Amino acid sequence: MAIQDSPSLGALADIGVPPQTPAAGKPVAARSTRRLPAQREWPTWALVTAQAGILIGALGLWEISARAGWIDAFFWSQPSAIAQTLGIFFTEGDAWTDISFTFRSTIFGFLLGTTAGSLLGLSFWWSRNYAAVVQPYVICLESIPKLALAPLIILVFGIGLVSKVAVATALTLVVSTLTAYAGVKALDPDGEKLFYSLGATRMQVFRKLVVPFCLPWIISVLRVNIGLALTGAIVGEFIASQHGLGRAILYAGQTYDIALVWVAVLVLSTLAMVMYATVSWLESVLRKGVRQ
Amino acid sequence: MSVSTPKLHVDNLSMTFRTPAGAFPALAPISLSIPQGRFVSLIGPSGCGKSTIFNIIAGLIEPTSGRVLIDGVDATGTIGRVGYMLQKDLLLPWRTVLDNVILGMEIQSVPLRTARERALPLLHRYGLSGFEYLYPSSLSGGMRQRAALLRTLLFDTDVILLDEPFGALDAQTKLQMQEWLMALWSDFGKTVLFVTHDIEEAIYLSDELHVMGTRPGRIIASIPVHLPRPRVRTSALTPEFLTIKERCLELLDVNIAVSAQVNKAA
Repeated sequence: MAIQDSPSLGALADIGVPPQTPAAGKPVAARSTRRLPAQREWPTWALVTAQAGILIGALGLWEISARAGWIDAFFWSQPSAIAQTLGIFFTEGDAWTDISFTFRSTIFGFLLGTTAGSLLGLSFWWSRNYAAVVQPYVICLESIPKLALAPLIILVFGIGLVSKVAVATALTLVVSTLTAYAGVKALDPDGEKLFYSLGATRMQVFRKLVVPFCLPWIISVLRVNIGLALTGAIVGEFIASQHGLGRAILYAGQTYDIALVWVAVLVLSTLAMVMYATVSWLESVLRKGVRQ
Repeated sequence: MSVSTPKLHVDNLSMTFRTPAGAFPALAPISLSIPQGRFVSLIGPSGCGKSTIFNIIAGLIEPTSGRVLIDGVDATGTIGRVGYMLQKDLLLPWRTVLDNVILGMEIQSVPLRTARERALPLLHRYGLSGFEYLYPSSLSGGMRQRAALLRTLLFDTDVILLDEPFGALDAQTKLQMQEWLMALWSDFGKTVLFVTHDIEEAIYLSDELHVMGTRPGRIIASIPVHLPRPRVRTSALTPEFLTIKERCLELLDVNIAVSAQVNKAA
């Protein structure tokens, strides 16, 4: 065996190492060497200054352009007018009603969609036949652009809060279902085997193995879902609503109150960031709770 | 072997899997009889049906024919009768070592407090003190196997099935774990059925070993090991040990030419 192997090994070595015997007279080309390209990191204050600088610069340029008449302030509005409108929106306008309306539709939709979706996804563990039957429908539902159904949902559920919650739920439900189901599918069959060898019931396997195992999957989708729920709520308000930041944007746009459009967008973004940060925090707390 | 009924009796067990390509006989009729308190090993090449036997004894799959008797009582297809440790440790990452170890008791509805009280002294005695409240991710491979084995023991069945528990450990740890397992076995007096690829491990640990062949899985030889206990590492150098090892190597057809050369060199 060993004798047979050696020639082929030798041949391999020949391929790997090309002959390096330069002719005696030929000068060897100078090797190009250089320092490792290194990037020096800026201190935090410099980064923050740069970030703030961009914002102030952009706002300043916007204001100057509007005042100098380079851009049409009627369509673009200008930071000073927006700041003024912002004050009015909060003192005389419906700011808090709108914020609370949008916030409530988002949160209810988020909770409902995430919970129902996760439970639906987990339920597929119970029966392979049931999962096989229902799966194509879930995939179908995923591929439908849910927002296209929004007008129908508004028609069915009316123009109040319920319809916004329904749109937000529709958007978050499918994502949660598929993610929880992905968790179920990733379950190690040997884990179930261990539980059954210990004489476990199906319910015990579900509660003590399937649910804790899938929790990280379910948690991982929270941040995505809060964004989706907000989108759903806003679109619902766009279609028909009496309150909400989405409705405020639409109304302001239709009445050419561009400053108010910007104000509503600004408030909406702030709301989105607050909710996103809260959910991120919640996620990190939950992650510490369920080690994986 | 005593005249009384064996602890575990496997009676003409066979298993045929139906595949699209036709019936595949995984296990020819196999019979095994293991008295109380014995340590018995199964060795054999991959695919000889060792794990299938275990799954059948544990009640996880129904055999095509044959019965599993525990204390003379038919236990075919019932779960929760034997402790079964799979190749992987399967510790739940979201539970502490202590709560992993009591899983079997918990499933059998032993109150948590009682279960923990029963488990703690064992964790201390068997080399896991200081690890009770840690999560499995911070344990080494050997420690994880210890926890998994204690979980199996604490399930408190007379018969324990160990499917290659030390297969994934490095050589040094493996030796330590074998000593550890011996200590545990002599303390608890369980009846152990042990699967391994490692011939030396099988001889060192067992009272009897069964060598298996493939296609279909069957027992081709049963070899009693009469080495005195407690065994020491140098037992592996005794003529009896080497004779058994040679016999196993021949039966398993592990490159006989090579082993002959090695023997000559030695």
